[in-house]
Amino acid sequence: MSLEVSDNSMKWRFDFSRIPSACGLSGFINRDGNRVGGEVIIESMRVMNERGNGLGGGFAGYGIYPEYAEDYALHIMFESQEGKLACEALLKENVNVEKMEEIPTEPNERIVNPPILWRYFCKPRAEKLNETGKSEDDFIVDLVMQINTDVPGSFVFSSGKNMGVFKAVGFAEDVGDFYRLGEYKGYAWIGHTRFPTNTPGWWGGAHPFNILDWSVVHNGEISSYGTNKRYLEMFGYRCTLLTDTEVMAYLFDLLIRKHRLPIEIACSVMAAPFWKDIDRTNGDERKLYESLRSVYAGALVNGPFAVIVGFSRGLMGLNDRIKLRPLVAAEKNEYIYISSEEAAIREICPKPERIWAPRAGKPVIALLRDGA
Amino acid sequence: MPDRFLPSEFIVNVDHQRCRRCKRCILNCGFGVFDFQNMTTADSSKCVACHRCVVFCPEEAITITRNPLAYREHASWDVELRKAIWKQAQNSGMILTGMGNDKPWLNIFDHLLIDACQVTNPSIDPLREPMELRTYLGRKPDRLEVKLDSEGKIVLENPLENNIMINVPIIFSGMSYGSISLNAQRAIAIAAERLGTLMNTGEGGLHEELYPYADHIIVQCASGRFGVHSKYLNAGVAVEIKIGQGAKPGIGGHLPGEKIGREVSGTRMIPQGTDALSPAPHHDIYSIEDLRQLIYALKEATGYKPVSVKIATVHNVAAIASGIARAGADMIYLDGFRGGTGASPAVVRDHVGIPIEIAIAVVDEQLRNEGIRNMVSIIAAGGIRSSADVVKAIALGADAVAIGTAALIAMGCRLCQKCYTGNCSWGIATQRPELTSRLDPDWGAERLVNLVNSWSLEVKEVLGALGINAIESLRGNRDRLRSLGLDPATNEVLGVKPVGK
Repeated sequence: MSLEVSDNSMKWRFDFSRIPSACGLSGFINRDGNRVGGEVIIESMRVMNERGNGLGGGFAGYGIYPEYAEDYALHIMFESQEGKLACEALLKENVNVEKMEEIPTEPNERIVNPPILWRYFCKPRAEKLNETGKSEDDFIVDLVMQINTDVPGSFVFSSGKNMGVFKAVGFAEDVGDFYRLGEYKGYAWIGHTRFPTNTPGWWGGAHPFNILDWSVVHNGEISSYGTNKRYLEMFGYRCTLLTDTEVMAYLFDLLIRKHRLPIEIACSVMAAPFWKDIDRTNGDERKLYESLRSVYAGALVNGPFAVIVGFSRGLMGLNDRIKLRPLVAAEKNEYIYISSEEAAIREICPKPERIWAPRAGKPVIALLRDGA
Repeated sequence: MPDRFLPSEFIVNVDHQRCRRCKRCILNCGFGVFDFQNMTTADSSKCVACHRCVVFCPEEAITITRNPLAYREHASWDVELRKAIWKQAQNSGMILTGMGNDKPWLNIFDHLLIDACQVTNPSIDPLREPMELRTYLGRKPDRLEVKLDSEGKIVLENPLENNIMINVPIIFSGMSYGSISLNAQRAIAIAAERLGTLMNTGEGGLHEELYPYADHIIVQCASGRFGVHSKYLNAGVAVEIKIGQGAKPGIGGHLPGEKIGREVSGTRMIPQGTDALSPAPHHDIYSIEDLRQLIYALKEATGYKPVSVKIATVHNVAAIASGIARAGADMIYLDGFRGGTGASPAVVRDHVGIPIEIAIAVVDEQLRNEGIRNMVSIIAAGGIRSSADVVKAIALGADAVAIGTAALIAMGCRLCQKCYTGNCSWGIATQRPELTSRLDPDWGAERLVNLVNSWSLEVKEVLGALGINAIESLRGNRDRLRSLGLDPATNEVLGVKPVGK
């Protein structure tokens, strides 16, 4: 709800209303951990140009920063040099920065008005961790939340280790070229193109949404947004972007990282089975799902969605409980592909061994193999 | 001075051309309006416009009209105020009334509009897709501990316990045996069982005949402790501590001795013919820590069944609710200032308390701010009049609603507001055997089932339009409400944006 937002600086971040949007998604993983160039995911996304309208595109790559694998890679966009200075002062207080640099870009005429884009490889300061008693991950989450709500004109759009998010206003393929993704290699990539129904002037509103190593690309409109947002607020999350996808990202973070639910269970919270199906189970299984639906009622995501979630161990694709948005999966050798359209998969994998439409509410989970 | 200083409110007219002198009206009127002297005569001064005679006259010979008597207009001295003064000048005492607040206070529900899907997300057709209303009432942990065992099997370490499953988020509110007839309670119990929902005993104990409906009963423990014994406490699925009632916050109750016949006396465990006086406070609860003791005493006595605490919604309701949650309650029953009653001083019914819409909003918000919303279910009552109100109450943050007045209307009540007289012609709010016997419990139950099923269909239809297929995705989803014609401060309290935003 935007009632509490009065700070003028926030206007830079969003336009005070939730923007419904339709989208195209694609992602793949090499389960052996072999790294491939970012140009592959750009080619997959290019096929789905029709699914976007040039108002938002983005990518996430995993395994792209092996030389700083132990550092949190903060990608931050700044509205102004003042914002950058304020943010860097806050960073200096809280983290040891191993390396900071401008994110390399190749300007092109289709990507206009870029903000100042920098990345910081860093670790939380030991004395700050002692002082707050937080884990490293919680410390970084809180720092990201603080920057994104309290530091005018600064927005952290990527905060995981050995991974990075790259996004902008534009068509996905142009965004990929702008960020020179072909120069990175990763074992998993996800991409997104967006079709919002009004004009967002802000790069932060593009996908993927990220917190720590969780990145979410999402096609859908969450009909339960108000319920989910208020549920997350009880656990300290602040939904500052007023977008559905942010809610998705935080729910995964809460369920899987904080509450340590297995991924399959987190999926059956967010796309819960129907009572009629739960009633057909017995004993422990029935009790499990009855408890999940009751306790995590606020985390049921209602309305149409297809998501691909990237994390350090793998990829996951999930549809809403009645499959109101498209999602296709395929497998070939050590690769698993998930996408809005079969065409986007066949563009980069012409002859998959297996291709299927995942069932409503049933996740496709593709994890790195042990030792990969 | 004539006895009838006050003019009649209604005029009863019998069309003698049509009247066949069958005398059904004489039998049916609980208020003694009709008499027979060669032909049917009516004493209009006794008429309360309950329509019993109109419905049962086979010739449609009876009409009731408002007494058109003119009063000199006065914007400040409303006629009702003048009548109250005349009554009190005649018979010193408080003016009694029944049912809920009838003053034209702003009704917030009527200023809230519901969203629907268009284009960007699809609405869902409830005739073709599952649409789920099932609700669990009771305390829930804030997280589940799920582990994989050595064989990779999922093990749940803290399963949900002590929750009550209801098929629809609509339960029946507490109406005691004594304030309403046993037949009325029977009808409600049968309906609750058939609907898979709950009824509430009110503070009058539980008649032996209703014990078979135990799985659908909340037993109440109120300040008078009427009918409270260990078998009673264990008879239902939950126990409710009634602190207050929306129609009369802060005051006790009084069931006059003439209503305490043999059956009521046995159920309430008080001598026949004595007044049943409920103290204003529980005399063992003068503070929140005392409430905690009673909550845990009741849990100990019942093997840890869920305990509900019912309060009238008063100004500081959010903080009170937070205290109740922390005192160990599993449910908080909020009774808004429009809630009904069998008898209340009019001054209290009409001027004390706050609207249920505001109470839901502030209690839900307070519990969330404190991170304890999962500790209690919120049941909203006192002014739920339609399926639209159900949707709005849940969107504001309630887990379920309770209906009392709506249930009585379904069984024939015409809202004449004379429950306190014990003359209810519909056999509902009376203990006179010739009146109670006319309410057939099966007939009443069928009408209640029809009503709740109708509302359920309507709630599902609205959920479908919202693109939501489970009621929990509506709960607290204020984003799907907009207000029209409310002031900014009220919008902020409700957490609802105005239309257009």
